[in-house]
Amino acid sequence: MAKHNDKLVLLIFSIIVLLAPLLLAPTGAAYPDLMQRFAIYGIFAIGFNILFGLTGYLSFGHAAFLGVGSYSAVWMFKLLSMNIIPGLILAVAMAGLFSLLIGYVSLRRSGIYFSILTLAFAQMSYNLAYSVLTPLTNGETGLQLRLDDPRILDAAPVEGVLPSTNLFGLEMREVFWNPTFMGYELQFNYGFYVSAFFLILSFYIAIRIFRSPFGMMLRAIKTNQTRLNYTGISSRPYTLAAFVISGMFAGLAGGLLATMDPLAGAERMQWTVGGEVVLMVVLGGMGTLTGPVLGAVFIKYFENIFSKINAVVLHGWFSFMPTWLENFIVMIIYPFVGKGWHLTLGALFMLVVIFLPGGLVDGAKRIGGLFRRKTKQEA
Amino acid sequence: MDAILLQIINGLDKGSAYALIALGLTLIFGTLGVVNFAHGALFMLGAFCAVTFSKILSISQVVIDPTRTDFLGNPLKVNTPYVEVWFGDFGTALLDWSVPLSILMAIPVMILIGIIMERGLIKHFYNRPHADQILVTFGLAIVIQEIVKAFFGANPIPQAAPDAFIGSLDLGVMVGFAENAIIYPYWRLIYFAFSALIIAGVFAFLRFTTFGMVVRAGMADRETVGLLGINIDRRFTIMFGVAAAVAGLAGVMYTPINPPNYHMGMDFLVLSFVVVVVGGMGSLPGAVLAGFLLGVLESLASMPEIKNLFGAIGLPAIDQIIIYLVAVIVLLVRPRGLLGKAGMMEE
Repeated sequence: MAKHNDKLVLLIFSIIVLLAPLLLAPTGAAYPDLMQRFAIYGIFAIGFNILFGLTGYLSFGHAAFLGVGSYSAVWMFKLLSMNIIPGLILAVAMAGLFSLLIGYVSLRRSGIYFSILTLAFAQMSYNLAYSVLTPLTNGETGLQLRLDDPRILDAAPVEGVLPSTNLFGLEMREVFWNPTFMGYELQFNYGFYVSAFFLILSFYIAIRIFRSPFGMMLRAIKTNQTRLNYTGISSRPYTLAAFVISGMFAGLAGGLLATMDPLAGAERMQWTVGGEVVLMVVLGGMGTLTGPVLGAVFIKYFENIFSKINAVVLHGWFSFMPTWLENFIVMIIYPFVGKGWHLTLGALFMLVVIFLPGGLVDGAKRIGGLFRRKTKQEA
Repeated sequence: MDAILLQIINGLDKGSAYALIALGLTLIFGTLGVVNFAHGALFMLGAFCAVTFSKILSISQVVIDPTRTDFLGNPLKVNTPYVEVWFGDFGTALLDWSVPLSILMAIPVMILIGIIMERGLIKHFYNRPHADQILVTFGLAIVIQEIVKAFFGANPIPQAAPDAFIGSLDLGVMVGFAENAIIYPYWRLIYFAFSALIIAGVFAFLRFTTFGMVVRAGMADRETVGLLGINIDRRFTIMFGVAAAVAGLAGVMYTPINPPNYHMGMDFLVLSFVVVVVGGMGSLPGAVLAGFLLGVLESLASMPEIKNLFGAIGLPAIDQIIIYLVAVIVLLVRPRGLLGKAGMMEE
């Protein structure tokens, strides 16, 4: 394990991401909307992992940065242009500023106090977005595009039609290639590839941070902050930098969510959304490179696919069994799928925290190690 | 003046709920050193104890009454709860008083749930980092919440207070204000009195019983108490049960004020944490004080006068953020909280 083969990891990761519409086809998840969510929440989780995975500071407030990113991007769509570039730039910048502010205050405390402070800040931002900041956030309705928005850089729009987000004329929603492969109808759209580009970029940045002296310093903070302080190093600038970086990733994710659907609502800032990203990172494997993305894909897949399984589908699956057994099994499984998928998620999360603190990635490694040992013994 | 007084007593009932939940959280934290994110779920479970109890009471006998018909012309089905069939008027009274009576069921159930939680799960997390404790209890909270949702559905289930306590008391007249200036629903008054009773009970239990003395000694120095040959673990487990019961009772009595739904625990959890931190981690009087203080502050901040005052300096919706603002200021100015000891949880 001494030598990390990062280039190979990045290459394999990129290939998998770029071929996602093809690879995901058999799982039923290969529609653009969901794949885009995979990529976006992957970015969110990668950023969160830089803070939580490396420094061990558990923040419950990152939803606020996601929300700030979304709001800023939508404002750019309203005022400047439907081109996504200015929107994303402002999203990242605003989230960075906001996280600098919150991070500066919260990072004065550590441990459980830090978690509660970020929780309080997230809830405060949520309440603010709902009430006081209504001129900025449009309160309960959420910020939406309107026909009479200025959009000073864009050409006059078609009368009565809301323009859609684009990248220099390439419409995000447009499916540019729609082949049929092995019986599956594949959809390649621009939106997914924009998100995929940013996902690969984020992954690359994460690799560089993990291997840099800065990353070593963050890990040192997690291992033993007191000792680090005694050696004469102040840990605050490092944790603050990590906090701001992760906040900017969250802002980027928020901005990308707005490019998918130019609408930003306050519920994106609720602390439960921040809790979800914690679930993703822990489930996938905190402090690992691929873990957060894996966790994000896993949870979003569950949310969208698993939750659609209903009693009829279940009966279809087990129809080969005798009726009494079929009914019995469906009765057992039913509370865990469909509307109850959160129960499965919670239970799985607990199992991972209890038995597999390294997450799914660690689990895969252990299973791999088991096989390797076996083959060695046989040899 | 009367408006301010009204807001202060308005804040008391919410403050009582905060104080009770925060008291339980602090008990767990002070004894076992565990940050329990599932405490809101315990509050919610208590509320659903009340729901279950009234459901059990109102299991009905269905009699078809051929002499009357419903609007479709079919014979009318008359539902009579069995308790009414068996006990007559006494049964009706039982049904009416189902919320207060469900305390009798909630206490043993909640203590049992608390003990199972501690022995089954949290025991294994004493030697793991605080982040792990937060994560696993957070997961547990989700699981409990979803189980409740699977059983009771996602909609709030309203529970009625006993008829005797429906309506309001004109408090203002008693102390010399004009009529209808300060009116206050009876049940909220009961809730306040009830929580004061519980809080006094917990403090008395810790102060005046041998068991409580041992627990306090254990909170101060667990190891030494253990070396003296006292099984401190078992006592701490029981304290976890007590903390769960306190949260549960807060939930039971809160049902007439706010119809219970499966996510009410999460809603209260965030605020209770803020309360605990403001009061001082591990300080029981601090938790109670901060609970009432923040409850009252929250309701004071929703007064129009105060809103306008803060609006003038650029904080229009102060009532939405006051609690968090206070928490942030307290944590930065006085990190250990109002009544906390220095050095608690400062890793």
